[in-house]
Amino acid sequence: MIRLEHVGKTFSDGTEAVKDLNLEIKEGEFCVLLGPSGCGKTTTMKMINRLISLTAGKIYIDGVDIYKLDQNQLRRGIGYAIQNIGLFPHLTVWQNIATVPMLKKWPKAKQRARAEELLELVGMDSGTFIDRYPSELSGGQQQRVGVARCLGADPPILLMDEPFGAIDPITRNKLQEEFLKIQAKIKKTIAFVTHDINEAIKMGDRIALMREGELVQFSDPSTLLSSPKDEFVRNFVGADRVLKGLRLLKAKDVMKEPPLTVKVGEDPMQVKARMEKDNLQWSMLTEDGGRFLGWITRDDLHESKRISGIITPPSVTASPDTPLNEALSLMFNSAIGTLAILDDEERLVGVVSFQIIRDVLGQQAGEAQTEPCGEEQ
Amino acid sequence: MKRYATVGLLLALLLGVTVWMTSKGSVGIFKMFSAMKIVSATLKHVQIVAAAEALAIVIGIPIGFLTTRRAFRFISPVLIGIANVGQTVPTLAFIGIAGVVLGMGYNAAVIALFVYAILPIIRNTYAGILSVDPAVKEAAQGMGMSKWQVTSKVELPLARPVIMAGIRTSAVVNVGTAAVAGMIGAGGLGVLIMTGLAVRVMPIVIQGAAPTAALAIALDALLGGLEEWMTPRGLKVLKRAQWQQQ
Repeated sequence: MIRLEHVGKTFSDGTEAVKDLNLEIKEGEFCVLLGPSGCGKTTTMKMINRLISLTAGKIYIDGVDIYKLDQNQLRRGIGYAIQNIGLFPHLTVWQNIATVPMLKKWPKAKQRARAEELLELVGMDSGTFIDRYPSELSGGQQQRVGVARCLGADPPILLMDEPFGAIDPITRNKLQEEFLKIQAKIKKTIAFVTHDINEAIKMGDRIALMREGELVQFSDPSTLLSSPKDEFVRNFVGADRVLKGLRLLKAKDVMKEPPLTVKVGEDPMQVKARMEKDNLQWSMLTEDGGRFLGWITRDDLHESKRISGIITPPSVTASPDTPLNEALSLMFNSAIGTLAILDDEERLVGVVSFQIIRDVLGQQAGEAQTEPCGEEQ
Repeated sequence: MKRYATVGLLLALLLGVTVWMTSKGSVGIFKMFSAMKIVSATLKHVQIVAAAEALAIVIGIPIGFLTTRRAFRFISPVLIGIANVGQTVPTLAFIGIAGVVLGMGYNAAVIALFVYAILPIIRNTYAGILSVDPAVKEAAQGMGMSKWQVTSKVELPLARPVIMAGIRTSAVVNVGTAAVAGMIGAGGLGVLIMTGLAVRVMPIVIQGAAPTAALAIALDALLGGLEEWMTPRGLKVLKRAQWQQQ
């Protein structure tokens, strides 16, 4: 647990980078420090491992004042990853990853074994990469090694300064997702700096939004989106904050039962009658086991045709874990009004439609209007 | 390998010429220097260069390093300025001035050569240390390396090729400057060259000049090999990658 009490930093030239900051990051919590450049988020992060010294207040880690500890011992107990990665170009991948174990004087064999384990954890083949040099890796691979290095001696706390900042959006997205999976396993206490609201929403358990050295709002992503505390927060999260909120919901959170499902062997005319009764233009076809086969349109149903002959195969489907923003864009891309949600074995488990998403958005917008602004933390 | 073949050929040529000239015995009324005399002059030459260079390395690297530290930043522009300007002074002029200021003799010559040799070492050490990526240093500090560990495990290994290049330049120039230092009584191969010039007997000039050139070439090849050997492998890979990108 990290606790910042009335923390302040005034640089020697008089700039007040951080003012009277109070913040508590819980054990195992992914805390994002968010804000425009110059808001003091990086300064705040670097004060936790004393790369920048405090000029006011106290910082406690697990209740211990960090200035009561030896500076280098403190840092060896905190993982550190930065945007420019800063891998050592003269050392191999494993030597880089084993930096802190080396400083802690682990036996050589244990250092190397740890590096192997971490390389695999960040999704790189240890046999291929362990003896390479950083300059022989792509940008994305270097970032991965950077992440592996900050986990070197298994520190309980990680400080990360835009660790996915310097790579292309596709690789960044992939690394973010993989890192979330890793975090679900290792449950570190993380202070993660970014200026990217989307990254913050995606990654953070809680987001500390800062402006000009002050903490403006500290809340979980959905509260930040639904109840921005003031004009600054509203502007920072953007006019599309309601849409951004979709990212926080998954298909399984909102999906509904399909209106009508049909089995392969059913009689076309009976099906047609059922659809007419419910006034449905289409229905969904599944195998006996529940595997989704495609759509059937009412007008195509005819005595002389077997159902298996008139299936429109699905152009696009989604999984229960698909975020709603992705589901929505899938629907727009393929111009369909209803999206089939399938589990790992391609069984139909539900549907998401424009209507459902509209209801969700309406709820969120409603909350935003009715909830009082300026809630206390 | 090609480089070393060229070096070997040149050395063989220079030594051959020296042996040939020495075997003449005399030119007109002038006796040539004996083989013994050439060997002892060469050893003396090496001794002067080695003494001055060793001093320059031992003192130059720490000075170059300290000028990069925050506490000494204020004097670094002055010092690096001197190092740059100092190297533009022609060796002949430099030795002339040194003779006037320091007087004649072996010690005066070594001190003069040391002053001249230290300049590229200071400059390259300074440049090498400053060229280390700040992100790399920040990562090293952030992971809990002590100041000394940042220097010994990160800054110095990364700056080593540049520092070595400075030493190489300094040492090779030093061989030539040491010949000129014969003027102020340093001894060494310069004495042979000046004697030859004084009596206008070119074979005697060659007896001094050819071994001097051979010495410089051999030293350059040796230090070049050392530089290569001392460059961390990861940096060679990096250089190759950058070269391929161009």
